Amino acid sequence: MKKLESTLSNMVIVLSVVCLVSASLLGFMYGVTAEPIARIEKQTLDNGIKKVLLDEANQDAQINVEVREDGAFTFYEVTDAQGQKLGTAVKTAVQGFSPDLTVLVGFNTEGDIKGYEVLKHSETPGLGANCVNWFQKGGKGDIIGKNPGKNNLTVSKDGGEIDAITASTITSRAFLGAVNAEYKQLFGSNTNANTGATKRVEAAENDSIKTE
Amino acid sequence: MNKIKILLNGIIKENPTFVLLLGMCPTLGTTTSAINGMGMGLATLFVLICSNVVISALKKLIPDMVRIPSFIVIIATFVTVLQMIMQAYVPDLYASLGLFIPLIVVNCIVLGRAEAFATKNTPADSLFDGLGIGLGFTLALTLLGAVRELLGSGMIFGVRIWSETYGALAFVLAPGAFIVLGYLIAIMNKIIKKA
Repeated sequence: MKKLESTLSNMVIVLSVVCLVSASLLGFMYGVTAEPIARIEKQTLDNGIKKVLLDEANQDAQINVEVREDGAFTFYEVTDAQGQKLGTAVKTAVQGFSPDLTVLVGFNTEGDIKGYEVLKHSETPGLGANCVNWFQKGGKGDIIGKNPGKNNLTVSKDGGEIDAITASTITSRAFLGAVNAEYKQLFGSNTNANTGATKRVEAAENDSIKTE
Repeated sequence: MNKIKILLNGIIKENPTFVLLLGMCPTLGTTTSAINGMGMGLATLFVLICSNVVISALKKLIPDMVRIPSFIVIIATFVTVLQMIMQAYVPDLYASLGLFIPLIVVNCIVLGRAEAFATKNTPADSLFDGLGIGLGFTLALTLLGAVRELLGSGMIFGVRIWSETYGALAFVLAPGAFIVLGYLIAIMNKIIKKA
């Protein structure tokens, strides 16, 4: 068979057919993979919420989650099976050393940090990527149990009480900035967490929109 | 053409990384660890084989003047399919490579083999060329990743070889990638010349 000539009609037809076939294939693959992708994302988030708010021994407990969005922040208000309020997990994305450092932090009703999880990041491996473990309990920059309203959660270079990740001050600043911003968004800028916090939470609960 | 010869040609004689020096961006960007390098190599291998076979099968049907856009559409389709499959079934690998997967579309190895080989040879030969070049790329990236991981953090494939305190951070970062790649190319040249 001879190669098709580069006439206008040939070119238009061939390119259209190539695009059409590609698009159909992509549409089909999207249909196949959409469900598992959505499931994995939901599972990552669900596990994240449990991990940052529940005690380690309690990971299988039944919880109810109420979602609320506010600009760049997403709040997951968690109550246990008896309706007892456990706290709120807050998700936000900030600019780290690379964009889209997505942090989920669990605050109990007092505003103490119960746990955190880095849901998504593209920080430098071996440097900023250490933020996944660095600030966890027992890590060198442990923030668990601290309260952004009472403790100065900034890196020691900036006068705070947290040790920055070695050679990754930018990531550390971004991470702690995200934690502080989430706290502020949740409890208001009130520094007196004990009194201010509870009021704000109750107010927030009242006007929260039920989004399942 | 002899199939084995085509295969070895891609792995050794025309190794895309050490000999042709093609696709340097993903090479330097993803090889922070052996597993990442291998993942990137295998992803490229998949796209190379698919695009080579399809382009070779369609070579008579695609007019010369629209061949580049057609090739890019075909390659982009396979890359996107691969991306969705990885996202759905190997989320961990996707999390560490996700950023680089779409870049396979513009990886000059893939388009280069389509132009230089697939348009001039049969689909069967093109399949072996894709396999050979892809394996060459995978081996090169895995080797580069393993060396960088070892020098940078004292591990290979996540298995600790020596203490992290002996690791030189520079090797995990971009400058280390250039240095290691340079030395590996020098060593490869020496070996190939002798053989």
